[in-house]
Amino acid sequence: MNSRERILGRVRRALADVPDDARPYEEAVARDYLREHGQRSVARTVDLLAENLADYRALVHRCTDGELPELVARLLAAHGSGSVVVPPGLPTGWLRAVDATLVQDSAASTAPELDRVDSVVTGCAVAVAETGTIVLDGSPDQGRRRITLVPDHHVCVVRVPGQVVSSVPEALERLDPARPLTWISGPSATSDIELDRVEGVHGPRTLEVVLLSGS
Amino acid sequence: MSGTFVGMPAFPVAARQAVGNETLRGNLRHATHTIRDKRARAVAELDDWAALREAGKQIKDHTLRHLDRYLVQVEEAVTAAGGTVHWAADADEANEIVARLVEETGESEVVKVKSMATQEIALNEALEARGIHAYETDLAELIVQLGKDRPSHILVPAIHRNRGEIRDIFRSEMSEWGRPAPEGLTDTPAELAEAARLHLREKFLRAKVGISGANFVVAETGTLVVVESEGNGRMCLTLPETLISVVGIEKIVPRWQDLEVFLQTLPRSSTAERMNPYTSMWTGTTGEDGPRTFHLVLLDNGRTDTLADEVGRQALRCIRCSACLNVCPVYERAGGHAYGSVYPGPIGAILSPQLRGTKSEIDASLPYASSLCGACYEVCPVAIDIPEVLVHLRERVVQGGPAVRGGNRVVLKPAKGHAAERAAMRAAQWAFTHPGALRTGQRLASRTRRLHPRTLPGPGRAWSGTRDLPAVPAEPFRDWWQRTRGGKDGAK
Repeated sequence: MNSRERILGRVRRALADVPDDARPYEEAVARDYLREHGQRSVARTVDLLAENLADYRALVHRCTDGELPELVARLLAAHGSGSVVVPPGLPTGWLRAVDATLVQDSAASTAPELDRVDSVVTGCAVAVAETGTIVLDGSPDQGRRRITLVPDHHVCVVRVPGQVVSSVPEALERLDPARPLTWISGPSATSDIELDRVEGVHGPRTLEVVLLSGS
Repeated sequence: MSGTFVGMPAFPVAARQAVGNETLRGNLRHATHTIRDKRARAVAELDDWAALREAGKQIKDHTLRHLDRYLVQVEEAVTAAGGTVHWAADADEANEIVARLVEETGESEVVKVKSMATQEIALNEALEARGIHAYETDLAELIVQLGKDRPSHILVPAIHRNRGEIRDIFRSEMSEWGRPAPEGLTDTPAELAEAARLHLREKFLRAKVGISGANFVVAETGTLVVVESEGNGRMCLTLPETLISVVGIEKIVPRWQDLEVFLQTLPRSSTAERMNPYTSMWTGTTGEDGPRTFHLVLLDNGRTDTLADEVGRQALRCIRCSACLNVCPVYERAGGHAYGSVYPGPIGAILSPQLRGTKSEIDASLPYASSLCGACYEVCPVAIDIPEVLVHLRERVVQGGPAVRGGNRVVLKPAKGHAAERAAMRAAQWAFTHPGALRTGQRLASRTRRLHPRTLPGPGRAWSGTRDLPAVPAEPFRDWWQRTRGGKDGAK
């Protein structure tokens, strides 16, 4: 008997005392928790996202479509970035005003090469206001998971209010589990030393979130 | 400090040593009080906390009740997504599978995400014996590994170390493992974190094999979830070419939607954050994004034995948040090492004796490593009634009875040390029902009290070895009462 059969057999014997429960999954779990916490206007939800992002030390900026290229250029310059990695499907206009070297991400590029790049600019899939979280799903405007991890400076553009949801349940509904997902709440942090929170261990030490509105 | 738990003394002996260590108590008190206060505030933000807790409990109970079905579903979904599933009945088998998979890549080093399951099976030691170096990349695990120490907390394994101790470990040990600590390293947390960043980055960038556990596995989609803060998890999960995840079979949740419960309760219960900085979710392999090869090792190692216990099986609901450690008055004073297991604190006191059985001295003592105050149950985000299981396991230790070990039904004998206690209780019962004998005995005891030893002789030694014997008064209470009528005659 192989281990698969052995383990499944043990599970079935272990449950022999359990009375037959034909209740389907849908009835087994009472989902009387809230879909979102509190009633808010759309504008207030975006404000809450900004507050919670800032609370965990992300730097939050707001701008319109027309202002975005200037803002991105300014953020990269202020960080002293000489190079920026670009996901394959990033809207070309976003980096129009940037002075730094643009590095296209490619499967052939190695981790040490990526380590020499200063910044990365991406879009996102969804942002969660209640927790101050942005979620990346590997779409062309976000690129592979590694490009938002190895460079020390991440600029993430969130379209508001379209990409903003209130809560974790609403975010999961919008996401596709088949894609690789990265949930990001503030920059890399550790509390391992006397439970003092320190920003920046292995991931980007600076996370800048741009809340981009249409007009 | 030995790197292994084998041969640990029973909890009371280890705890007595720990309680005498003032630095340790100071470090622990500071840490546990900080986190428990923050957690209470984070939980208070959600006014549906009780409903989330109940839903978490019900999801886990439902999964355990149909675990065979969900295990098969996980296997199908992961395989369909391009992964390979392996089954490991015990620690040896899991270690053998992982070592073989690493050897097949031709590599001799691996980077690791912090994982309780791989600690439980002592994977690092097993790999080392095959010539494979495993590098822990979580900051706290790095501190433990460099210090040749053992973890003392589920979430913050180096909680027993203060910043000065960590600086000393980095200064003296980092060069042995790779990039040395920077010159003039001080004990500020930011500098220590920076030293760890530099030391580990060279390992991340060259690693070809990553090893992880998982916080959750979604049966319907085959998705694995790892929750972390530092980014070391993301490094190990995305940069290597091969990823091997060792996951206990109790980590399964049926559906994608179930994550909405645990992604709200886990971060707030563990680090007291609205959300932890990074959560990675992956389903098999994804072209050029992340590892090309993915292996999932499903681990039993005592879990099905635990599942067979009607009262104790609720321990398998645990999502390893460690909230119960931070509120436990016993953990706060004794520290994690005294529990002699990778799972310390209240949850360790019920999980370890179930996963490993109660044969060893340490495992038989763990159900007693509690004051039964119930604080652990109050904070548990999946409502594990830890005191109920503790009492149930005490009964098993003292009286023996039917249990399942290694998949087989066995009848456990009462633990040895408890025969004397039972004899003492029977003697007490006889004395209390024979007042003349009791009076004579008490008088005799009072008159000879200067001659009493500090510890009991014979079989009573085990009992008195863990308790201070009460001092015998100069006069029995009943004699004093008769002489003074309760002090009413002016006796002082």
